[in-house]
Amino acid sequence: MPQRRKLSKGVAVVGGGLTKLGLFKDRNSKDFFAEAFVEMVESVDKGFDPKEIDAIYVGNFSNDFFVNQAHWGPIISDLLGLVPKPVTRTEGACASSALAFREGVLAIASGLYDIVLVGGFEQMSRRTTEEVAEGLAMAASPYEVATGYTFPGVFGAMATAYFAKYGADREALFNVTIKSHNNAPLNPKAQFPMTIQDFMNARIERCRAKGEPIPEWKDEKDFLRDPGANPPVAWPMHLFDCCPISDGASCLLLVAEEIAKNFTDDPVYLAGMGQGSGYSLHAKKDLTTYEATRYAAKEAYEMSGLTPKDIQFSEVHDCFSIAEIVHMEDLGFFKPGEAYKAVAEGLSRLDGPMPINTSGGLKTKGHPVGATGVAQLYEVWVQLRGKARKRQVPKPNLRIGAAHNLGGTGGTCTFTILERR
Amino acid sequence: MEERPFNDTSYEQFLKERKIMGSKCKKCGALALPPRPICVSCFGTEMDWVQFKGTGRLSAFTSIVVAPPYMAKEGFSRNNPYVVGVVELDEGVKTVARIVGVDAKKPEEIKVGTPLKTELLERGEGPDKKAVLAFKP
Repeated sequence: MPQRRKLSKGVAVVGGGLTKLGLFKDRNSKDFFAEAFVEMVESVDKGFDPKEIDAIYVGNFSNDFFVNQAHWGPIISDLLGLVPKPVTRTEGACASSALAFREGVLAIASGLYDIVLVGGFEQMSRRTTEEVAEGLAMAASPYEVATGYTFPGVFGAMATAYFAKYGADREALFNVTIKSHNNAPLNPKAQFPMTIQDFMNARIERCRAKGEPIPEWKDEKDFLRDPGANPPVAWPMHLFDCCPISDGASCLLLVAEEIAKNFTDDPVYLAGMGQGSGYSLHAKKDLTTYEATRYAAKEAYEMSGLTPKDIQFSEVHDCFSIAEIVHMEDLGFFKPGEAYKAVAEGLSRLDGPMPINTSGGLKTKGHPVGATGVAQLYEVWVQLRGKARKRQVPKPNLRIGAAHNLGGTGGTCTFTILERR
Repeated sequence: MEERPFNDTSYEQFLKERKIMGSKCKKCGALALPPRPICVSCFGTEMDWVQFKGTGRLSAFTSIVVAPPYMAKEGFSRNNPYVVGVVELDEGVKTVARIVGVDAKKPEEIKVGTPLKTELLERGEGPDKKAVLAFKP
């Protein structure tokens, strides 16, 4: 078990930016990062000179493969006019930019720097779906890939173990999908700002226009049960259990706590953070938990002095529907075997007692893998500052939020708690 | 056989010889499959080879409909899905493997806990030929 870890110096988030996520074949990673950066600069309440940035940490999983270009660090510092400031690229698969955030925090907490830019980006749309799947599988374990597993397959297998252990079924996963899609239209940056009902209506319209028979679904679950509307990918994962392929970028401005008020009267502070690593599927003792998440959570709770009950809302890595359920348990929000019931009862809805993925989650917001970790923290920052508009968590005195990010099939996990004082 | 290093290459060679071979830590007795050069239970580095019987139970599975390119080459597709799983061997360690002798088109009928036995498959040809670990009910 981790020791109680403390930072030598406090760190605050004083600015943030996130692109609209989606598929943008005619734009590139520099365009995305520039867009996120400009929003971040404008978001700093009291303004600041970007030349003051001491260092940059950027997460990117696999632009090497997706666009045949490596060594992205200096491309970004050049883009932003920050040469010769040091820039470091971090890689932790889908948790790449959560690692960039962590490195930025550590750099400030060590006393080395005062103002650090952290962010992430990924450009996935230039490849075919099959090629993207092959690229993502590079982040699975070699044993899984050699056996014929795909990413959805690994999560699908975990779902069957969870179902067998706790008596859950596919209907339980539908609740996650429906909940996330209910939040999606409230997020202007979401790739699919549509409810499941919107998808149903769109499909009916399409059938009507083509003169095809009009499908008759009783409700959203009936739609998700229909293999024509929601085809299988890797049992029990179907299309609507899986996050999309996306492009995009995200960034946050981190500063030493003692200078935070120079940037804004309303900084959001780091309360605790943790990172863990995990085994390949075959070496896991328990197929219904992520040891990396549990370790990261324990570290973050101990650093912050907080408990799961103190977390008022959280972004949770939902690359696949089952991942959201299992992580809600691993993070301590619900007991093992209870999260799927909690979702069914509506407890994780935006207006529920424990809102999960107010952004719509990766499923609807989009998952440009290298950008995701910081994009999740961006959502927490926006919520804590009360600027999430239509998707604002409707709780009085919103003070503590968190973000959980997973890389690969669970090999790298982070948990970060932010607070408004 | 004792001369082979405790690594993935030896594991694959043994599989070609139709043996499922893992490592057993001389110090604490912990088993590993594939073999490990370092014991994750006690950090011991002295190992013995151990042959697994090849029987166990299904711990988890999936039926893959959207196949990666290397599986598509074997003829798998949306209309011809395949099953992979996690198998807990009787000796107490788990392994990932193909699952055959089940209907990949009816995954809802496959049950976690089903007893399984080894059925080795082959992939590729000539010097590239590899043995693929599979299990069937």
